[in-house]
Amino acid sequence: MTAAGGTVHWAADADEANRIVTRLVRETGETEVVKVKSMATQEIGLNEALEEAGIRAYETDLAELIVQLGADRPSHILVPAIHRNRGEIRAIFAREMGRWGRPAPDGLTDSPRDLAEAARLHLREKFLRAKVGVSGANFMVAETGTLVVVESEGNGRMCLTLPETLISVVGIEKVVPTWRDLEVFLQTLPRSSTAERMNPYTSTWTGTTDTDGPRAFHLVLLDNGRTDTLADEVGRQALRCIRCSACLNVCPVYERAGGHAYGSVYPGPIGAILSPQLRGTASEIDASLPYASSLCGACYEVCPVAIDIPEVLVHLRERVVQGGEVTRRGVKVTLKPAKGHAAERAAMRAAGLAFARPGVLRAGLRLASRTRRFHPRTLPGPGRAWTATRELPKVPAESFRDWWQRTGGGKDDGRGGK
Amino acid sequence: MILGRVRRALGGPGGAPASYATDIDRGYRRRHGERTVEQTVDLLAENLAEYRAIVHRTDAGELPLLLMRLLAERWPDTVLVPPGLPHEWMAAVDAPLVHDRAVSTAAELDRSGAVVTGCAVAVAETGTIVLDGSPDQGRRRITLIPDHHICVVRVPDQVVSSVPQALERLDPARPLTWISGPSATSDIELDRVEGVHGPRVLQVVLVSGE
Ligand code: SF4
Repeated sequence: MTAAGGTVHWAADADEANRIVTRLVRETGETEVVKVKSMATQEIGLNEALEEAGIRAYETDLAELIVQLGADRPSHILVPAIHRNRGEIRAIFAREMGRWGRPAPDGLTDSPRDLAEAARLHLREKFLRAKVGVSGANFMVAETGTLVVVESEGNGRMCLTLPETLISVVGIEKVVPTWRDLEVFLQTLPRSSTAERMNPYTSTWTGTTDTDGPRAFHLVLLDNGRTDTLADEVGRQALRCIRCSACLNVCPVYERAGGHAYGSVYPGPIGAILSPQLRGTASEIDASLPYASSLCGACYEVCPVAIDIPEVLVHLRERVVQGGEVTRRGVKVTLKPAKGHAAERAAMRAAGLAFARPGVLRAGLRLASRTRRFHPRTLPGPGRAWTATRELPKVPAESFRDWWQRTGGGKDDGRGGK
Repeated sequence: MILGRVRRALGGPGGAPASYATDIDRGYRRRHGERTVEQTVDLLAENLAEYRAIVHRTDAGELPLLLMRLLAERWPDTVLVPPGLPHEWMAAVDAPLVHDRAVSTAAELDRSGAVVTGCAVAVAETGTIVLDGSPDQGRRRITLIPDHHICVVRVPDQVVSSVPQALERLDPARPLTWISGPSATSDIELDRVEGVHGPRVLQVVLVSGE
């Protein structure tokens, strides 16, 4: 990529990445950037960092635009625009667009077509004058130095081709070795993500191209906990994630709790295993994330890159409860068992006795995923920790078995009727 | 420093094993199903249309008249053309042609209502056309800003079955744009709306026999 005219920057953590991007924007003399949705820049809180430096970042995805216009800034909380109905979006556009740039047209209705048209006009003005674009990337190809952005609205193409300077912030795990590897991912991602054969637009670029697109291209390679995650032999599989969101869509916990509950830009099952690894389990929310699951295994079933999310969850639970060796900022440290979980550790010892036949438990728990791979799950170890760290359910007055026998399978449960 | 961490995390010296090319099991399908050349072109037409591109089929002799008609239907003030578009294609077009020059600003491009280009390759299984910035396709921005894009695909030469076959033909060093139907969003109540930022009308002309 350097050979093709790009400049590479390495950022060990969020602060460093933010400093690099802020400096790069400052060097252009601009105070505005257009952004295409990127998890990496959300992860590091780039918009807020730019804001502090007096640089305004305009989000250009429709959903992100709705969030940015609708929320009082700073809007770093992930508010899925799916929770805004069309009436609310109309009101937000009518009220806010004028303050940010081109106002919404008079007589704006709440039909999605009209709203999209309003967004088109509002953002076009920004695209045409933008001098700096900020993006992430879905993939990077090592052998060719190529970056890939997969999208559907066209705002990505705008941000990638119209500005004079393009800055891409990309997690180091996004790299694939060869150009040919894209043949797998370009087919897999749209199918798992939106069930399309192909997303409307995919852009690839290698450095800069004379007269076509940005004259300056900067790639900020972000670690921010990724190498620490890589050091964990069980947990590292989380780095395979291609952010298709299939696991969110099938997750019963996500469905109930919603995206905010995960306290991170990565919601859902993948968030529950990625955030505690990227950030460590020191904070309460990060220590609790591995518990945000019923271990039903649906996420593993749908994951196109076969990340065994339940396995990692159990592994992380074990680490939260029992402590152990982890890598933080490249250094091996030994975690103490989490304080709040002392009671659970006591329960664990009890449970070790109570669940004298964990195989039975496992069979029930992992029924859904059991057939995916034929090698047996390791139970001694993570499995034991699983049984150990769960809250034990209250023991009912009567066991199910007894209840069944007494009522003839519920036909006669004392309430009458069938 | 980060690479050092990667190396330590993996517990050994860095660098991909020299055997990467043979380590990966490429036992998956290179394409999905057996098709004749005609069937492949038909599939392309079908899949493009399913994603709301408007597909036309013609031959080299009729192409200029078809382009004239397609453009006349929408009355763009001017039509953008990349530098290497074959002259004869546009011979019958009435609207004034604007040749994209490296200096035209985005705002100037915004005044053109339509653009006509060739393509690098078209993928039948996914209904995708790929542009690679060759002289008959021009800079990426000219197919992005106008609201109406007409893309001419030479069949069957430029048509492949699948994504793997397309990647083989493409040069990673060139900036590529893969287009599968007009832009779209489902961000408002999951209602699909076509045409957010890119051209809202995408017409693909499959032209045979040159
Ligand atoms: S973990 Fe798997 S299913 Fe979930 S977003 Fe990542 S790739 Fe998709």
